[in-house]
Amino acid sequence: MTQSRHCSRKTWISAIAALLSIAVASISPSATSSLIADDLNFDSQVGPLLRSRCLQCHDSTTREGGLRLLSRSDLLLTNDSGTSAIVPGDSLKSRLIQRVTASNPDERMPPEGDPLTAEQIEVLRKWINHGAPWPESDRTQLQHWAYRVPQRPHVPKISQQEASGGSTVADPDRIEPGKQNPIDAFVRKTLEQSPAELSPSGKEIPARLLRRVFLDLIGLPPTPEQVIAFEAEPSPEHYAGIVDELLASPHYGEKWAQQWLDLARYADSNGYQADQFRSIWPYRDWVIQAMNQDMPFNQMTIEQIAGDLLPNSSESNRIATGFHRCTTCNVEAGVDPEENRVNQVADRVTTTATIWLGTTMECARCHNHKYDPFTQQDFYQLFAFFNNTPLEVEAPKDGGVQYEVAGPVLKLFQKEQVAAGTSEIHESTTAVMVEMPARRSTHVFLRGDFLNPGPQVTAQTPMVLHPLEASSTVNLSAGDHVNPPNAEYTRLDLAKWLVSDQNPLVARVTVNRWWAAFFGRGIVLTQEDFGTQGSAPSHPELLDWLAVEFMENEWSMKHIHRLIVMSDTYQQSSSMTEEQLAKDPYNILLSRGPRFRLSAETIRDNALAASGLLSTKMLGPPVYPPQPDGIWRHVGRNAPKYETSTNDDRFRRGIYVVWRRSAPYPSFVTFDAPDRASCVPSRSRSNTPLQALTLLNDPAYVEMAFGMARRILLDRPEDSLEERLEYAFRLTCARQPRPEELTRLASLLRAEQQRYEASPSDAAILIPESFENPKVPLAEQAAWFSVCNVLLNLDETITKN
Amino acid sequence: MTDTASAMQLLNRRSLLSRGSVGLGSAALASMLQSQTRGSTLADPASRLSNKQTGENRPHHPCKAKSVIFVHLVGAPSHLDLFDYKPVLQRLDGQLMPDDLWKGLRLAFIRKQPALLGTRFRFRQHGDSGLELSELLPSLGQMADELCVIKSLHTEHFNHAPAQLFLQSGFGQFGRPSMGAWVHYGLGSENRNLPGFVVLITGDIAGAGNSLWGSGFLPSVHQGVEFRSSGDPVLFLSNPDGLSTDARKRIIDEITQLNSIQLADVGDPEIATRIQQYELAWRMQSAVPELMSIDHEPEHIHRMYGTAPGKPSFANNCLLARRLVERGVRFVQLYDEGWDHHSGVFGGLRAKCKQVDQPLAALLLDLKQRGLLEETLVVWGSEFGRTPMLQDGENSGRESDRVGRDHHKEAFAVWMAGGGIKPGTVYGKTDEIGFHIVENPMHVNDFHATILHLLGIQHDELTFQFQGRPYRLTDIGGKVIAPIVG
Repeated sequence: MTQSRHCSRKTWISAIAALLSIAVASISPSATSSLIADDLNFDSQVGPLLRSRCLQCHDSTTREGGLRLLSRSDLLLTNDSGTSAIVPGDSLKSRLIQRVTASNPDERMPPEGDPLTAEQIEVLRKWINHGAPWPESDRTQLQHWAYRVPQRPHVPKISQQEASGGSTVADPDRIEPGKQNPIDAFVRKTLEQSPAELSPSGKEIPARLLRRVFLDLIGLPPTPEQVIAFEAEPSPEHYAGIVDELLASPHYGEKWAQQWLDLARYADSNGYQADQFRSIWPYRDWVIQAMNQDMPFNQMTIEQIAGDLLPNSSESNRIATGFHRCTTCNVEAGVDPEENRVNQVADRVTTTATIWLGTTMECARCHNHKYDPFTQQDFYQLFAFFNNTPLEVEAPKDGGVQYEVAGPVLKLFQKEQVAAGTSEIHESTTAVMVEMPARRSTHVFLRGDFLNPGPQVTAQTPMVLHPLEASSTVNLSAGDHVNPPNAEYTRLDLAKWLVSDQNPLVARVTVNRWWAAFFGRGIVLTQEDFGTQGSAPSHPELLDWLAVEFMENEWSMKHIHRLIVMSDTYQQSSSMTEEQLAKDPYNILLSRGPRFRLSAETIRDNALAASGLLSTKMLGPPVYPPQPDGIWRHVGRNAPKYETSTNDDRFRRGIYVVWRRSAPYPSFVTFDAPDRASCVPSRSRSNTPLQALTLLNDPAYVEMAFGMARRILLDRPEDSLEERLEYAFRLTCARQPRPEELTRLASLLRAEQQRYEASPSDAAILIPESFENPKVPLAEQAAWFSVCNVLLNLDETITKN
Repeated sequence: MTDTASAMQLLNRRSLLSRGSVGLGSAALASMLQSQTRGSTLADPASRLSNKQTGENRPHHPCKAKSVIFVHLVGAPSHLDLFDYKPVLQRLDGQLMPDDLWKGLRLAFIRKQPALLGTRFRFRQHGDSGLELSELLPSLGQMADELCVIKSLHTEHFNHAPAQLFLQSGFGQFGRPSMGAWVHYGLGSENRNLPGFVVLITGDIAGAGNSLWGSGFLPSVHQGVEFRSSGDPVLFLSNPDGLSTDARKRIIDEITQLNSIQLADVGDPEIATRIQQYELAWRMQSAVPELMSIDHEPEHIHRMYGTAPGKPSFANNCLLARRLVERGVRFVQLYDEGWDHHSGVFGGLRAKCKQVDQPLAALLLDLKQRGLLEETLVVWGSEFGRTPMLQDGENSGRESDRVGRDHHKEAFAVWMAGGGIKPGTVYGKTDEIGFHIVENPMHVNDFHATILHLLGIQHDELTFQFQGRPYRLTDIGGKVIAPIVG
């Protein structure tokens, strides 16, 4: 980490230096001197004055009061005061002049040192009265890489003999087994140009590769039978066929929804003191199904941001808008419903900016962004898009104190098969967005205080990015939304703007997020920040190529995922050599395959699959797997009770586990799951003793070890001990055990069996009745429990290898 | 066994690789307890305390406090009935509050013109310092000369959950690291067998939930670990019924052996870390029960705290807090629920104080007798205070025992003791009815800055880069309140 942080800091410093040098260059005598009429000269008079008396507090790192003085456009931005620094042509109205001439020393600029002299003030006056001309090399010309629309870069050619597997020349449009994949060309080029002199690793062994691609695409491991079949024929064609099957599997959406729901801060409760349940799981199901259908990402975006505003919007379109109803909601006594609403809208702005723009807008709620070209005005112009939603807290009537959650919900009716031939209709609701008929006016909130409204603004997108009009180029099957003339822009316009192919950020940010899920770190390390403070991409051309490829292939998520898992880069062995560890410990150069711990949910799903207990039932209301007593003892009225599922629901996948914000499922928290109270672009990946205790002793994992032991004895009644052990090993690690591993496990099994034979009461206490197998001695079952407990705890089992 | 031997070699190399020249000293082991994997995009050791040359976490400046015991009285006790005596309020008891004084103030429950409510408790001065305390805190009175009472803390939120988050994380919404996580991130821990940030709870969990000891955007290794007073003290600490300690040891040994084979094969240093985590888990399985078992404490200690082994109580948690800091745990957070006295404020306070007064005084005395008070900062805090106005939700009348006080964010009292604080002092002053601050206001950011200062941390230097900017506990505010630093 230190190294990469170092890198990004360096980049940061040089970016700042570049900015400064532009500012300096533009004020240098070599720039134009004929810009300003009369006897006024920018280069020799205005520039040096700004530099010596203003920039100390108003450059891009300090930016006091939101004001930055590095370009003419900076001077025109609205600052924290609610006005711009100057009005070109009118020095009297220019705040800059008012401040440098103020008689009150607290008001007067600059705050330190002598006041400006009358001559200096006159220079500024004249300059503003002349329209405040600035030399041509305005800073906007030096745009941060992420704000330029990505162009498809040329795919580097790799010579026949270098390309692995005897590939032919790159064909960027078609990815076929054995053909050069552009990902590999870019990765190879970076690797070759690096002074590290590392070479790519060979192909991963078939069992590990198969397990890797299963866990990555569907979040479940392959069965031992599937592994053995692939080992028998590990051809690229076979692999490609499996990839296609996995992409078509309904489990694909269950796996990939998790990343999206972290971003969407999806949970089943409201958060805060009265952390009661809300019904919004139909939105979670919508995400799973949309991913399974490979709904184009632009359409997915539009439905989630503004599905309710689509012409003839369907029930599904409206369920999708649950996305922005996932915000927390405070109904504690005395809460100001308007303040709660303002906080929710602000959360919608920052979440939208994080997910689709890789941009941090939070700071702009109170003041202009200090580093990136986003102003407080931009924040509230985005705020205006979301500002026409109703209050979500209902104040008590008649002086009471009981506040209630009151946001709009959609009634749903589901048909469920209860027995052969009979079905029941279930009624449920889901939280959705609606637009109020009368628009609220939106104001900049000075210092972010909702009780302190400043200038009024209307819905508009940030100036530094592509124009809002560009959204009309998006054509959706749902039909285009047409603005009535003079109408204000709506959420639907914003949604289309977000997924415009002119948006320089959206595709890069999105493919980078997926890349990080496959490889453990993004091409841009700071997934949440593509601004000037974010880290520079390790493979900029690859990032842009993927971004363009994504947009030009109908925004297909599965297309990009397929591309990634088909690459040689992805299929490399993840084993690490000393040289690789020394030169590139974080695998930035991708000279080996990915190897990192699985997510909390996947660790559980994987163990459930190995144990044979997994229920593959999809969708529906949240489920309650076993958790210790007292986790939900929480202050607050009508606190919901945790009623552990007693049927197969306790063995359903993690994506369906109830998410209560004040106390999420404890083993998920231990494995770094967030509380889902705010948008989380990437989880940390820790390695702690609490994780060991969880896998060893959490009754849920103990139950899985019993399930796995029972399964082995049932599935393989005739097998030899070694064959059973190999089967068990393959259930958790997929690969064939090494002889040494097999020997160790066999001796553990025999020794434990002997010990339990000597103290049969231990075995009787240990094995729960529901897992007893009457045909097998208890001591043997107990010994198998030990083996399975070991296997479910292996680093390899909880790691994508 | 050559595989395993070379795995162990790698393991050692891993130690060197990741921890520079520090080697396997206690600091390094402590950091292993919190080891962060390489894959994370969030870990940023470079921005914690600035001892980049050594890689060690050392304070910014010399300091006395090494650890913190932060007692959060959940629900917010009334400062007016415990710490801030107001004779004028007594005189005005029962009179209606003029509208211009209360209208426009954000109140949780009071809706109609309220009457003022004086305290029903006697106050008296204690010790050489003459510190004035309510009769509800007689034992604490005996430790008065150790206390620094701050009567002018103010906050920005008047609902429990946001105000709790604000007190604990400096931000009124979810998503920021808690104070304990910040301190742990900055200073690490000195115990190799226990987590460095431990949470002990009596009663229900506070309204803002687990986020109060969460790590926010800091690596999750810095989050607080709850030690529970019933069931497993740490979740999943005990083995399944029927699985003996020996059987558990054999299983862990086997996991270690197989992990070592894998380490030798694929060479990922993360596996070496995993192996160490299992060893730590094994040690925790004995260290935590040893810590939690207060049976062996001598009788006079039990008498002093009022503890009864096996019976969960606030007193037990105070004793456990001492045992934790004694073992080098950096940050111990006690939550005690039940102080939200919208009604029955006098009876309620009497009952709650009875539970906490003696054990807290005992904690201070015990720490002092062991020479630990100097290096342990003990803090009494709450999310806000209570109104000098009466809340009478049941219209039972002013004389009734059912009257209460509403939430009040403008001014409230907290205290600190030990850890380099100036003892026997009072800081700040409220007006004649304890309503608004008239002297030396202290914002929650200042409170945090001062606590960090006492731990040797410059609050504006303890930062974490997230979403493109350096974040800190004190956000963009905070100043150290020098007059209370000893």
